[in-house]
Amino acid sequence: MSTYAQKKGFGSVIWDYLTTVDHKKIAILYLIAGGFFFLVGGIEAVFIRIQLAVPNNDFVSAGAFNEIITMHGTTMIFLAAMPLLFAFMNAVMPLQIGARDVAFPFVNALGFWLFFFGGVFLNLSWFLGGAPDAGWTSYASLAIHSKGHGIDFYVLGLQISGIGTLIGGINFLVTIINMRAPGMTYMRMPLFTWATFVSSALILFAFPPLTVGLTLMMFDRMFGSNFFITENGGNTIIWEHLFWIFGHPEVYILVLPAFGIFSDVFSTFSRKRLFGYSSMVFATVLIGFLGFMVWAHHMFTTGLGPVANAIFSVATMAIGVPTGIKIFNWLLTMWGGSVKFTTPMYWAFAFIPSFVIGGVTGVMLASAAADYQYHDSYFVVAHFHYVIVGGVVFAVFAATHFYWPKIFGTMLNEKLGKITFWLFFIGFHMTFFVQHFLGLWGMPRRVFTFLPGQGFEMSNLISSIGAAFMSAGVIVLLINVIVTSVKNEKVGNDPWGDGRTLEWSIPSPPPFYNFKQLPLVRGLDPYWLEKMEGKKGMTPAEPLGDIHMPNASFIPFVIAFGLFVAAFGALYNGEKSWAVPVIIIGLLITFGSMLVRSLKDDHGFHIHKEELMDDNDKGVKA
Amino acid sequence: MHAEEKLTYETWPAEPEKSTLEAKNKFLGFWLFLGGETVLFASLFATYLALKDKVPSADHALAKDLFDLPLTFVATMLLLTSSLTSVYAMYHMKNFNSQKMMLWLGITVLLGLGFLGLEVYEFNHYVHEYHHKFTSSAFGSAFYTLVGFHGAHVTFGLGWILALMIRNYKRGLNLYNAPKFYVASLYWHFIDVVWVFIFTVVYLMGMVG
Amino acid sequence: MANQQINSGNPRVDLEYRRKKNAEEMRYQVVSFTLMIFLTLVAFAAVAIEGFTAWFTVPFIILLAFVQVVFQLFYFMHMSHKGHEAPSLFLFSGLGFGLVMVLAFMTIVWW
Repeated sequence: MSTYAQKKGFGSVIWDYLTTVDHKKIAILYLIAGGFFFLVGGIEAVFIRIQLAVPNNDFVSAGAFNEIITMHGTTMIFLAAMPLLFAFMNAVMPLQIGARDVAFPFVNALGFWLFFFGGVFLNLSWFLGGAPDAGWTSYASLAIHSKGHGIDFYVLGLQISGIGTLIGGINFLVTIINMRAPGMTYMRMPLFTWATFVSSALILFAFPPLTVGLTLMMFDRMFGSNFFITENGGNTIIWEHLFWIFGHPEVYILVLPAFGIFSDVFSTFSRKRLFGYSSMVFATVLIGFLGFMVWAHHMFTTGLGPVANAIFSVATMAIGVPTGIKIFNWLLTMWGGSVKFTTPMYWAFAFIPSFVIGGVTGVMLASAAADYQYHDSYFVVAHFHYVIVGGVVFAVFAATHFYWPKIFGTMLNEKLGKITFWLFFIGFHMTFFVQHFLGLWGMPRRVFTFLPGQGFEMSNLISSIGAAFMSAGVIVLLINVIVTSVKNEKVGNDPWGDGRTLEWSIPSPPPFYNFKQLPLVRGLDPYWLEKMEGKKGMTPAEPLGDIHMPNASFIPFVIAFGLFVAAFGALYNGEKSWAVPVIIIGLLITFGSMLVRSLKDDHGFHIHKEELMDDNDKGVKA
Repeated sequence: MHAEEKLTYETWPAEPEKSTLEAKNKFLGFWLFLGGETVLFASLFATYLALKDKVPSADHALAKDLFDLPLTFVATMLLLTSSLTSVYAMYHMKNFNSQKMMLWLGITVLLGLGFLGLEVYEFNHYVHEYHHKFTSSAFGSAFYTLVGFHGAHVTFGLGWILALMIRNYKRGLNLYNAPKFYVASLYWHFIDVVWVFIFTVVYLMGMVG
Repeated sequence: MANQQINSGNPRVDLEYRRKKNAEEMRYQVVSFTLMIFLTLVAFAAVAIEGFTAWFTVPFIILLAFVQVVFQLFYFMHMSHKGHEAPSLFLFSGLGFGLVMVLAFMTIVWW
């Protein structure tokens, strides 16, 4: 784990990634794992669309359909969208604030492995008696009565990966508060860093209610408690509240980083300072705050009463205001800029109308009275896909193309990138636009088939063809990744030529210590400022000195693995004789390795000044 | 200032818990974690309040039948006092007096064990005298989950403080372990904060009806 | 990161000063502990003594709990000291959000 470890057989590369605490490598792990789950969730989506392409289809059975929609939603939100965004937060945020690593590199690795094992555990349900089938919201009234172990996999898998997300969020918060480079004040932070900050704060407050909800569900299903058992005094509404108290902020946890990515893309390729920077920051924080006050709008038809419905309805509509501020600021950033239409910019450009459609249907749904009509129809499906695909997935595609050179040191092919864009963009609108009308015509969501002669055939077929286009787009992206990785043409610090923020002032990929000398930040868009004054790079804020780095560690992997083992025990509790011993063994592995971590001193190591000077001569390699 | 440095009484900094970057990060990160824990316990309190006295039939014990004022009072005093003793421990930590810090931490652990013992007795009592079980009603599930989560925190805190004490007994204080002690004491105070709400909301309000 | 203590130039004097300050603070801690015990006693007494209505007792003991928690946070957990801006922000945000949640569960969870 130092500069001269250059042997690198295949085994040692694997070991390197299993033990790494470097935020850039963890980012790659998140990218690979999140990308894999994105493909899994995508295949599930394709199955859904095949099943619904024609009326009375029997491509999958009703039961299997329920499992597929549940796993599609759960996988896409928890195992694809979040980790992919975490990948970019990890890869870029520390560089944007001029830090050498995150605040807790060890915890960062632990967060990844918890997410990974949680995701693997959840997906093992396919092979061990059936996947969860109560929808991604897993309402207790359904989930409690679900046969088999599907829901148990859901509960335990999400619990494990949720802990990973929570500690990841704390890590980012501390990094941003404590580790900004000299001169990097809060109001000079790039918008993506701001978005990371706010969405990490949301994670901090939103995940504990999920933890509690999942724990209660676990107790009910596996340990005989009565939280959701109405005969014994339980109340299933509690699950709905806990889930949405988490679930609504979750939407903003996903979309705020997307906004951050687009903000950076817009200003970079408009070659212009972001319009209304401070109002953008304000809007981000305000969205984060309001995001906590609106959860019950998912429950208008539960019967909360007119007062509660009215309050939550108004609060929900209020979110349209800061979001509108953002939309106008992006438009005005492009206005008068010298816009360069690169692939990331294509996605950013297409994001605005797509997301606005999702926002408008959101305000429609926010009207409690009207929501009684829309509720549980395809209108809702269309709405949230417009927001999440049109917002988050577009942002992930934009960031993949935008930051690929920074992460891997080589550019994705622009021509293929634009083909991906057109296929996916057309496919996306084909798939989901008609679903608004399907919903208004009365097609309920989560039905496994529909009858001929109800007027749903044509629209469903169009929707399914759209899904094929989206799949083709993703396949082109995969080809693009393979082609560029094989060619592997190395690029310099600032491959787009228009980089504004600190990450573009250092090599691609950056050396493992990121900044040889911490940069001095003199304003918003610090690298751009220096370039405009004709300088090559950042002015250092400190003399060349020893750099303190953390040691690699295998313990994060072991801690997460212990919980993975314990989860199997909990799953079969009361059914198999080995269940309780397995729980104990798993917890012993986890707590034992935590103890080892706590008791064994780990001071990290220093890179000495002389080595850094050597690197200077021969050019940095990482 | 490096974490490994050997320090003396004279060179010991005023705020050892925040004198290196690692320590600062740990300090802040732990506070943020406590912010999240606040929401975690708020969820449990909310669930408890929603399910309080929700039982399947009239022969189940309710909150006002169960709780016992003297027992709760003793438990409260034990935990409150342990909070003060851990403050004393941190006082000696700031004065670079490792021996006295250990002594006060030891007292804290003993008080914590006393609290835990009372809790075990109490739960046992409810189960056998009142048939108020985790599985018997929604009220039972919510009660044992809320109070039990707190008890689990106490247990974890005890294990943590003990591990730190054993590990550092011989070698005394340095800037690497001082933040660890400080953070563990924050955790211990937080447990006390939660207990203040538990004795108020669960026990006292339970007895009021 | 250098020591953040006040520098008078004379290490002996600084040390004495710090020691005094710590001792003084410890006295405050003991005083706040006494107050906390007192508040606890009042809360238990309010419940033990018959004759108060629940409409008085419940808000009263909740108020006492909050006062006591403020003592814990600001004195025992040193939140009154400098450098606790971010901790306060996040802890009180968490507390505020938690209260909203408790309120919701007490009002709009029924059946």
